[in-house]
Formats: sequence, structure tokens, C-alpha cells
Amino acid sequence: MTERGRATILKSAAALGLVAVIGSALLTVVYHLTADRIEAQERRVVQQQLSRILPPGRYDNQLQDDRIAFRDEAHFPQGQTVTAYRARAAGQPVALIFRFNAVNGYNGAIQLLAGVYGDGSLAGVRVIAHKETPGLGDGIEEDRSDWVLGFEGKSLTRPERAGWAVRRDGGDFDQFTGATITPRAIVNAVHSALEYFSQHRDELFNAPAGSGMMAGEDGSP
Amino acid sequence: MSYRKIFHDGLWQQNTGLVVLLGLCPLLAVTGTVVNAIGLGLATTLTLVFSNLAVSLVRGVLRPEIRIPAYVLIIASVVTVIQLMMQAWFHDLYRVLGIFIPLIVTNCAIIGRAEAFASRNRPLPAVIDGLATGLGFCLALVLLGALREIVGRGTLFSQAQLMFGEVGEMMQITLVPDHPGFLLAMLPPGAFIGLGLLIAARSWMDGRTRQKTAPRTVVQIHEAQA
Repeated sequence: MTERGRATILKSAAALGLVAVIGSALLTVVYHLTADRIEAQERRVVQQQLSRILPPGRYDNQLQDDRIAFRDEAHFPQGQTVTAYRARAAGQPVALIFRFNAVNGYNGAIQLLAGVYGDGSLAGVRVIAHKETPGLGDGIEEDRSDWVLGFEGKSLTRPERAGWAVRRDGGDFDQFTGATITPRAIVNAVHSALEYFSQHRDELFNAPAGSGMMAGEDGSP
Repeated sequence: MSYRKIFHDGLWQQNTGLVVLLGLCPLLAVTGTVVNAIGLGLATTLTLVFSNLAVSLVRGVLRPEIRIPAYVLIIASVVTVIQLMMQAWFHDLYRVLGIFIPLIVTNCAIIGRAEAFASRNRPLPAVIDGLATGLGFCLALVLLGALREIVGRGTLFSQAQLMFGEVGEMMQITLVPDHPGFLLAMLPPGAFIGLGLLIAARSWMDGRTRQKTAPRTVVQIHEAQA
């Protein structure tokens, strides 16, 4: 290779490197300027979601700081990491909110929040994200129908096991016209969450915050 | 090239969404509502303006062999900055648009303008070109978004609070009360059909203006007299 050819290559590489350095510098600055605000926004979103299930007056701790993450293939399949936010009043357990997925939906995982009071009854269930068919399966959104509000007050004994199914399967929960799979997936997922809660209630409330009960990584909020 | 021509090209003659047909993936994906369309349209416009400016500024320095990787670096940096800012200040809108904000990087229209225009022009015309192209893309998005939202839900500006805060909740216009919801318009096929109709409408309008301005042929004059 000639001297000139080499010089040209070096110059080109330097120019490209310079563009990369300037770009990274810019990103670093913007990242530091926005990081706090983005974190605050994310906390705000999670807080909004949680307070739709559990009225903030019922507890006095910071739910997002008092959370644990764990896995349990039997109740929460497909290797998902479940986050549990723990609500306490004067240090006493009040309720617990699971963030988990219903995996048997029509189209991918349905992200759920389910709040359970200490006595095992449901404070409420909300769908955070899903890819079900618009117009058919999306009645699970609170904005579109009241269906998801029907979980309030239900527990493992109210109704009994056979009632924990959609009407078409002989259970107590409505389905939607043209969409049975979506509500069926959610009913089943909520039922297993309740089962898990009844079997592990004390561990769930007593595990130190931030840790995974089963060495699972910290679930992102 | 006059600024008037640049604008005419970007908005109409060479409209990214309706004529050149670049960036169709986001165009089809996010146009369920007008608000989503405006959000992605403005983000894309900002990207075009700043990437065109940066490309124009370095156009004398870069050798031809490395210009494409350099453009990619520039565009990726600009998009990431915009993404971070949206996350900080328009968080709810960002959550709705989701993956399509980072994916602006892959919108061929942006690297296309960098290569075809910004790399050969001074910074000011490059910025104007970015603005015109971006607004043209935005126009296509908003038209398709409006079409799908009206047909699919009977509303306009629903969920405007994502962009405008609490004021936005009052912006929703219900055109068809008790609209049963027209599923086809909201699903992907509706996006394709809607885009097809828009392209056809644009060509038709273009054809009419051409007919009006072009000198009439002898046959046409005879027909008009008959």
C-alpha cells in the first residue's frame, strides 16, 4: 500500500472517530440532563397504575421502595419475573400487588397487576399492556369495559374453584362476544396468583425489600 | 434551488409518505389516531432538521467512503437525544409510540435526505429541506391518522392529553356519537387501504392541476366545442 493510501485511510478513520466522539459527548450530556426527570416520570406512571388498584389512603409506605421480585414456574409460567409491591399501614401488612403476565392470551403475554388484601380477597385487577385484538379482546381494558372490575372482592373461596372460569367453561366470569381466549387467560392467571399468595403469604410480606425471595434479579418497575 | 421549490417538493411533489413511499413501517403502524400521528410526525421532523444540519456542516470534511457510516452515527445520535427528551417531557406519549421512536433511525427518508440533499447544500437550505420533508411526512401521517380515527372510532384527537396534558382532554371531538367501532380501520389492513386511498387521491389531484395548466390538445378543443 502506498504512503498516500495509508494516510487517506487514517484520515477517514479519524474523521469517523471524531463524529462518534462528538455524538457520544452529546448523548452523555443529554442523558445526565434528563435522567432524573425520566426516573421521576417512570415512578409516576407506576404509582398511577398501583393507586388504581389500591387507594393510597389504605397504606402509609412507599410501594415502589417496598417491593420484591421472584420466579415460580408453577404459578407464573414461562420464566417470568414477578414483582410484588407490599402495602403496609403502621408496619402491618395490608395488601400486596403482583405485577405478572397472563401467558395464554390470544396474542402474546398480557401484563397484569393484581392486588390482594391480607385476607386473600382481591383488591382489584388491571391490564397494563396487551396485544389482543382491538375491538374483540380489548374489553379487558378498564377504559373500554367494566369487565376487569368484576374481580374486586373475589377470592379463592368466592367463588369456589369451579367458578374460576369463563361462563362458556361453566364458570362465573363473563367472556366477550367473539373473544373467549383473552378473558379465560386472565381468569386463570389471577387464580394462580391468588393460589400462590395463599401458600406464601408470610414469606411474601417478610422478605426484605429489594431482595429476590428466590434470588431472582430485581424486577424493573 | 428556491426555498419555495424545496417546500413544494417536501410537502407535495416528493412527499415521503405518499410519493416516495419511504418510512412506511411507522407510517402504517402508529396512525391509529391523530395524536399518535402528530407525535411521530413531529419527532421525525425534528430528526430530519437536525440530521440535515449536522450532515451539511460536515459535508466538506467527510470522504465519500465513510459518509454513510457517519450519517448513521449522526442520525442515531439525534434520534437518541430526541428519545431521551420525549421520555423526560412527553412520557405518556412516549409510552404509546414506544419502539417507533428509536426506530426513526431506520426511516430511509432520513438517510435519503442526508445523502440526496444535505450533503450537497449549505446548512440553511439543508435545514429548510429537513423541515419541508418532515412536515410532508407529518402531513401524510396526520391524514392517515384522521382517516382511520374517524372511520374506526368516530372521533378526532382522542387521547390528546398524552401530548397536551390536561387541556388535551377537552380537545377530543366526537364526530359520530355512539360509534360502534369499525375494526378494519383500526387494524393493519385498514392502514394499507387508507394509505392506498390517500395515494390515489393525491395522484388524482396532481393529475387535475396538470390538466388545467397544460395546453389543451386540438382534439380536446374540438370536443369542448362539440
